[in-house]
Amino acid sequence: MSKFAALENYQGGRGQRYHLLPLRFTALDADRYVLSNFVGEYYVLPKASAHDFFEHRLSPNSPMYDELKSRHFLMDDDSDVAIDLLALKTRTKYSRLPNFTGLHLFVVTLRCEHSCPYCQVSRQNDDKADFDMSVEYANLSLDLVFRSPSPNLKIEFQGGEPLLNFPLIQHIINEAKRRNEIAKRNLGFVIATTLALISDEILSFCREHHVHISTSLDGPADLHNRNRPRPGSDSYQKAITGIERVRSALGRDQVSAVMTTTSASLNCPIEIIDEYVAREFHGIFLRPLSPYGFAVKTKWFAAYDAQEWLDFYFKGLDYIINLNRQGLHFTEFYAATILAKMLTPFQPGYVDLMSPAGIGIGALVYNYDGSVYASDESRMLAEMGDQTFRLGTVRDSYETLIGSDALLDPIEASFAGSVPMCSTCTFEPYCGSDPVYHHAMQGDFVGHKARSGFCQRNMSIFRGLISRMEADPETRQIFLRWANR
Amino acid sequence: MQTRRAQGIEIRAANNEGSAIFRVSEASNRPAPLCRKEGFVVREAAAPSGYAWYLAIGEKARNAIFPAEASIAYLPEVFSHISDGDVVRISPERKSVNVLFQHNARHHAFLLTERCNNYCLMCSQPPRDVNDDHIFHDLMRAIPLVDRATHEIGFTGGEPTLLNDKLIALIRHCQAYLPTTGLHILTNGRAFSDPLFTQRFADIQHHDLMFGIPVYSDLSERHDYVVQADGAFDETIRGILNLKRNGLMVEIRVVVHKQTFDRLPQLARFIARNLTFVDQVVWMGLEMTGFARANLEDLWIDPLDYQPQLVEAVEYLAASRIKTSVYNHQLCITDYRLWSFAKKSISDWKNEYMPECEGCEKRNECAGFFSSAKFRYSNHISPINSMGTGGMRCAPV
Repeated sequence: MSKFAALENYQGGRGQRYHLLPLRFTALDADRYVLSNFVGEYYVLPKASAHDFFEHRLSPNSPMYDELKSRHFLMDDDSDVAIDLLALKTRTKYSRLPNFTGLHLFVVTLRCEHSCPYCQVSRQNDDKADFDMSVEYANLSLDLVFRSPSPNLKIEFQGGEPLLNFPLIQHIINEAKRRNEIAKRNLGFVIATTLALISDEILSFCREHHVHISTSLDGPADLHNRNRPRPGSDSYQKAITGIERVRSALGRDQVSAVMTTTSASLNCPIEIIDEYVAREFHGIFLRPLSPYGFAVKTKWFAAYDAQEWLDFYFKGLDYIINLNRQGLHFTEFYAATILAKMLTPFQPGYVDLMSPAGIGIGALVYNYDGSVYASDESRMLAEMGDQTFRLGTVRDSYETLIGSDALLDPIEASFAGSVPMCSTCTFEPYCGSDPVYHHAMQGDFVGHKARSGFCQRNMSIFRGLISRMEADPETRQIFLRWANR
Repeated sequence: MQTRRAQGIEIRAANNEGSAIFRVSEASNRPAPLCRKEGFVVREAAAPSGYAWYLAIGEKARNAIFPAEASIAYLPEVFSHISDGDVVRISPERKSVNVLFQHNARHHAFLLTERCNNYCLMCSQPPRDVNDDHIFHDLMRAIPLVDRATHEIGFTGGEPTLLNDKLIALIRHCQAYLPTTGLHILTNGRAFSDPLFTQRFADIQHHDLMFGIPVYSDLSERHDYVVQADGAFDETIRGILNLKRNGLMVEIRVVVHKQTFDRLPQLARFIARNLTFVDQVVWMGLEMTGFARANLEDLWIDPLDYQPQLVEAVEYLAASRIKTSVYNHQLCITDYRLWSFAKKSISDWKNEYMPECEGCEKRNECAGFFSSAKFRYSNHISPINSMGTGGMRCAPV
């Protein structure tokens, strides 16, 4: 057929003249490198092939040539639209930034009726009203909330146990909705509560205002009650009955739960996950303790190291993958956050895994005493006497707080794209900078990554997720579903 | 199969005004002011007076008594499908009839030009470099006659963007005369690599304007080979980006054949990663007509043999929350995991079933075949019923 030209006529641009596009690489294991680019695409290939590729010796007939070209690791003379697409993907990745703060945490009281030894917020006994937020502070905080340009505003009530100051929650929700008649934002509310104090009155208010409930569930009864003591040792029973009450009153998707890993949890990841499966949750967030508050004072934080937690995490992750193979759609949410960065062009808004750091930009905390902090962890640190991330007070203007050195210095200093050991790290596109953690652990916004538990934990998870996808197409398909959840 | 055009037609025109384009009526009590602009279908002996044209269809109608001075076209039986609401062009000097719009069809497609700047290996409408401006002018006359309740009409080619300013005029014309009708334009998208050209389409502010654009590979050289045009891939991708930048709707169309099937999963991944904002992705079976016949050896692969790649591609997009559908595939050779994505997609006048389909219980849900498929179709077609599950064997009934 002379009217048609053969494939070879269109392949002239392939071959020796290919260019390398910006990439980073590291050993995935003894035989393979993993390559990544700054928009988060990755490719795993044998080390020898990688050397051929870097040295412009990769044959255009190699199947790897096609994969590298498709993922924008190389560009040849045949096509330069890769530049447009990389630019587009970069813009997509940072498209959330101009919105600024979407999550606004109100610490309506520091009082609590639980006495958890791992409490990271340093709660107070529940009879001291000195630790309640005033109506005046609440109103000033709302002024700041609506100064944020974000089209989506989520107000989360934190404590202590926020239900101990429920009248203020009612006031804030009513007042926020009144203001939103004019502001017209996507306004949502969350109460983070133990559920011990839930009542029909509270539920009917939450139903009216579509309030989401977030609660703690550490695992089976004995583990949960050991981690979370309260008078009567009935924390687990309160949580379980509370979850069902919320589901029946507000709808089954209106309650979510988070777990915290203690040294007692380390031996029972399966039992913890089974507890979430039995309660018909769609997933679980396997979450380590953070170095703040009583968790440090009681030495619970120091009771296990990063490696012990990782062993726990991967045992749990593999168990969850198997649940999915059995047909159950069940997600590990931390993995899902990272997988979204690996498998989609989008960046999830999880504060700990953002770079530039999520402090201030991702969340603002209005404390019961009128202080404004850059994140939940920032105010935990402040209760320990370290005011580094205190941006000001609710009487300050939004511009003063967002433009404060207390916010801008750590964000600028910790930007992963430019700090030592992160800027050259293959996994930087998937990671975040957590200046609060590194300040708490090493007294420095950046920290030495070789000594960083944050770095060790996340690097292992990045490798673990990629290795699992490379080893098994079914796992990749499961992960793809998590990433696009 | 329904005949939509013919030449050598016996036509008796009352005057010499060139070609006539008119709406067809079958109503016996049509108001006179409308009759004067319309054509009446005559199947028996009755021919009411007052119509601009009479379409005498079949032998019985030949003996009908027509009003004096009537303009009459005598059409063979194959045009008996012509009915109320159709739009027809009669050209006395060329002795031709052309059904431009079929009111009761499921899909409405208008060819805008036979010219094209691609030369696709499997083109079902092989391009011809001819001056066919008259098509545009006919269409401008036909559009106001189309039923304004029509859900969607499609424009195909050739390459519609070669009409340039005329395409924009045509879209405006549809916007004005068919204000609730969706428009679907099949284009290779290359012209939209020009941002200013693209913006003019956004400026129309049409309420429902979708561009169907083929992308055949994640690799530029492979796409360029399939469309036989060097540099087409980059222009097409830039075109898609510009259209979406301007808030216009884009559907990606992938024709599956021997030159495209092996990288369908990679193409799906490429789309999810780079073109995640497209409105839908459609995977199409090969239509066995035009160049597809000439290039049969280079193109034909039994659809049964590419199901693994198609399943992986479709599931990747579905997991990535991109809307995706499978067109022109018969259910008995389609993996059951794709059945929920399979659409009854073939234009009804091209749609047929094979002898092997006898006794199939899924016939009403199946896309069936292009009539051109008689030339070559899967060896594995078999009825899905209690006796068997079709060629896929693994499909649950």
